[in-house]
Amino acid sequence: MSSKVLMAAKGLEIRFGGVVAADDVNIEIHEGHNLAIIGPNGAGKTTFLNICTGYLKPHRGSVTFDGRDVTGLAPRRLVRMGVARAFQIPQLFTEHTVIENLLIAAAAQARRWSPLTPIATIPERGEMLHLLDMVRCAHIADRPVSELPEGQRKLIDIALALALKPKLLFMDEPTSGVASSEKFEVLDIIAKALAEAKVTAVFVEHDIGIVERFADEVAVWNRGEVLFRGVPGEILSHPDVIRDVIGETV
Amino acid sequence: MNLQLFALAFFDGIAYAALVFLVAVGLTLIFGVLRVLNVAHGSFYAMGAYATASTVGAIVAAGYSPWLAFPMMIIASALIGGLIGGPVEKLLLRRIYDMEEVLQILVTFAVFMILEDVQRLVWGVQPYFESSALMVLGTVDVLGITYTAYQLILLPVVAILVLVGLRIFLRHTLSGKLILAVTEDREAATAIGVNVDRVYLVTFVVGASLAAFGGALASATTSVIPGMGADMIVLSFAVVATAGLGRIEGAAITALLIGLGRSFAVYLAPELDVLVPYLIMLAVLLVRPEGLFGMAHTRKI
Amino acid sequence: MRSILPALIVLLVAVTPVLAPTSQVLLTLAFAKGLAVLGIIVLLQAGQVSFGHALYFAVSAYVAASVARSFGGELVTTLLAGVAAAAVVGLVVGVFVVRYRYIFFAMLNLAVSMIFFALLEKFYYVTGGSDGLQVPRPTVVGLTLERGEFETILFYGALVLSLLAAWGTHRYLASPLGNMLRAIKTNEVRLEYLGVSARSTLLSGYVLSAALCGLGGALMAVAQGIVTPEYAYWVRSGEFVFIAILGGSGSVAGAFVGALIYEGVRTYAAAFASDIWQMVLGIVLLVIIIFGPSGVTGLYQRLMDRLVGPARPRGAGDSERAPGAAE
Ligand SMILES: Nc1ncnc2c1ncn2[C@@H]1O[C@H](COP(=O)(O)OP(=O)(O)OP(=O)(O)O)[C@@H](O)[C@H]1O
Ligand SMILES: [Mg+2]
Repeated sequence: MSSKVLMAAKGLEIRFGGVVAADDVNIEIHEGHNLAIIGPNGAGKTTFLNICTGYLKPHRGSVTFDGRDVTGLAPRRLVRMGVARAFQIPQLFTEHTVIENLLIAAAAQARRWSPLTPIATIPERGEMLHLLDMVRCAHIADRPVSELPEGQRKLIDIALALALKPKLLFMDEPTSGVASSEKFEVLDIIAKALAEAKVTAVFVEHDIGIVERFADEVAVWNRGEVLFRGVPGEILSHPDVIRDVIGETV
Repeated sequence: MNLQLFALAFFDGIAYAALVFLVAVGLTLIFGVLRVLNVAHGSFYAMGAYATASTVGAIVAAGYSPWLAFPMMIIASALIGGLIGGPVEKLLLRRIYDMEEVLQILVTFAVFMILEDVQRLVWGVQPYFESSALMVLGTVDVLGITYTAYQLILLPVVAILVLVGLRIFLRHTLSGKLILAVTEDREAATAIGVNVDRVYLVTFVVGASLAAFGGALASATTSVIPGMGADMIVLSFAVVATAGLGRIEGAAITALLIGLGRSFAVYLAPELDVLVPYLIMLAVLLVRPEGLFGMAHTRKI
Repeated sequence: MRSILPALIVLLVAVTPVLAPTSQVLLTLAFAKGLAVLGIIVLLQAGQVSFGHALYFAVSAYVAASVARSFGGELVTTLLAGVAAAAVVGLVVGVFVVRYRYIFFAMLNLAVSMIFFALLEKFYYVTGGSDGLQVPRPTVVGLTLERGEFETILFYGALVLSLLAAWGTHRYLASPLGNMLRAIKTNEVRLEYLGVSARSTLLSGYVLSAALCGLGGALMAVAQGIVTPEYAYWVRSGEFVFIAILGGSGSVAGAFVGALIYEGVRTYAAAFASDIWQMVLGIVLLVIIIFGPSGVTGLYQRLMDRLVGPARPRGAGDSERAPGAAE
């Protein structure tokens, strides 16, 4: 793999009480190569994302982004450097409407702090409506997010991350909760948008079909460790992976 | 500061810490179980003090033995906890457990406002001073200082008994174990058939009675005046926040820290004595927002 | 349609000095409190409540009093000095308290205000102790006025300041920054993951709220002609919170509607219920929270929804939660 290393995790370790959620995790994320993370429940996938995005500080080990040591930097610092995240449990502003959620993201990205201009009139509004259209949510732009079903909330959550125009995007189970009839279609659109904007994606996924289709590489997690890593074709047909991971989640 | 002054400050601090602990432990116990920080907690303290001071005053004035002050303290605090604390939980707090946090805070604040006036209606605004209990126990001489046995011995002993008693109650009795179960995991406790409503009620009554008991004991050492409830809620909050919300043993250690800090300030920097508890709290919270003995927990995302 | 009543009220209030001169001072005091309540409402947008905002009311009032006493006191400089002092203290205290939420936020604010209250009584050679300080009547653009003239000027000044503050706060809440403030209430994690510091956002709201309380305090000081430690007492902080909930915490109009109702009722009813005034407030507070959490302005909105149909569709992105008096 010759492309540039965007983010590198070295020797990450973290434990919660007796649970080892990261145990000497070493992994590199290469620019332009979408990485899928698979593994059973409780394997430490979300924990890995938490460490890489600054939500948790590892007890040992380091994270570098663009060659800079970013271990323990607050999420907002990493966001400003170009690392965005969509969550396993959608993290939205539940007393705002869908479009307002996106406008807040756009205002944050464009650093519009003027305290006297209504957010509804910021120039990024058109762009945000377009983004909503892309994730098939244009028709619910004016609905309060608290009324939406889980699947739509996941999509809005991803749209919020996209609104930040990141270089590196972490997505934690982007299709869980999304109707299976729409999964591929929606992810197709997102993948296309990511490719166009040259965003590298790291995504946690339980659906092997999705992994095969969208990942350039796969990493298999178990008990806080990276067991295997390689191209999807090889990894997904590895007997151990089939037995320990795929067999369990399908 | 010579040895005698030092000892004096030390004794003051211990006595004061014992009282503050009784109030704070009730506050932190209630928080641990109900997850509501009861702003009206200081009112139970004040009412315990008023009820004790007024009844003991009447008893002594009628010529009965001042030793009756001690059973009276216990009766008064149990009554305040049961007759006022009970209905507050059952009729009011029960409606707010699912509300937004800011509304919960406002509801207990409203209860506080109401109870402040209840005190004024029942006991008026003139100070009560009733120190019979303090007098009958006499004094002791330590290191050349004469100090009241009530403050030097009784208060610390009571505080320790409450601490140990609470530990035994929580760890070794059925009701106590139920309370701990609800503290640790409300859903799981409900799922295995614990009557959570009852646990809440019992906890609240016990916590409120402890605050009233603190007030009852304090009434022998100080004038009972309007506004003492407001001062005490802030002070006991300082103690439980410094310790970490819900930490019972921690509250004991922190009460000592703050009690001693304050009493030494009285001798060393008298202008600052009211500030010291808060300065300690601010310093601790700056370094450890979850308190000395609290555990930080990250939200699952 | 729904703006007719608010407009009428503003008009009616504006002609008070002519129609009912005796209520003029009362209304000025209501505006002063309304401004402070506006500060509380800003914080409520972030889901936070302060039990200590009387601190800023008092800081500003005492600074305004000192300025009026020592520099001959021009009205504008007196008010400005008060507001500036409140904002500076708000910034210093704010840097610390915005790290905390909910009950910690509420109680830490209370603790700071109680410390200040104790200091006011203790350092009596500066603050006049529990007797407080007299505030000489300031000049207005250099003119020394009669009491009656001064009160009328102060009344209109307070009216204009209130309208301006309501408008400004309304715009702030509809702006990106204001929306981020409201986002603190529902999801700080996401806010941080948008690259926004929740603490700085809350700090901006906190300083604004301190300045608004300060404006109210300075006005109160010159209107009453005396400042006392009672300005900083927790009862007053509680009063502000009460009025915010009474008027409706969701809207800037609620601050002034609540303050007008409160001052009116207090003036006439407190005489009958002075012993149980806190109790009455507490009971009303409970009733509002349990039965109608959107206060008087919320009731009015619902009434209008019934009469003339719902307001425009949700999510115009602005003003949904913050209909100003001027709408
Ligand atoms: N903040 C925390 N405090 C305590 N334990 C935690 C915390 N975060 C994670 N854990 C524990 O660490 C382990 C790994 O959790 P993690 O959420 O990373 O798993 P995951 O691979 O994302 O699983 P899933 O597929 O269920 O999302 C689990 O046992 C979990 O309970
Ligand atoms: Mg996970």
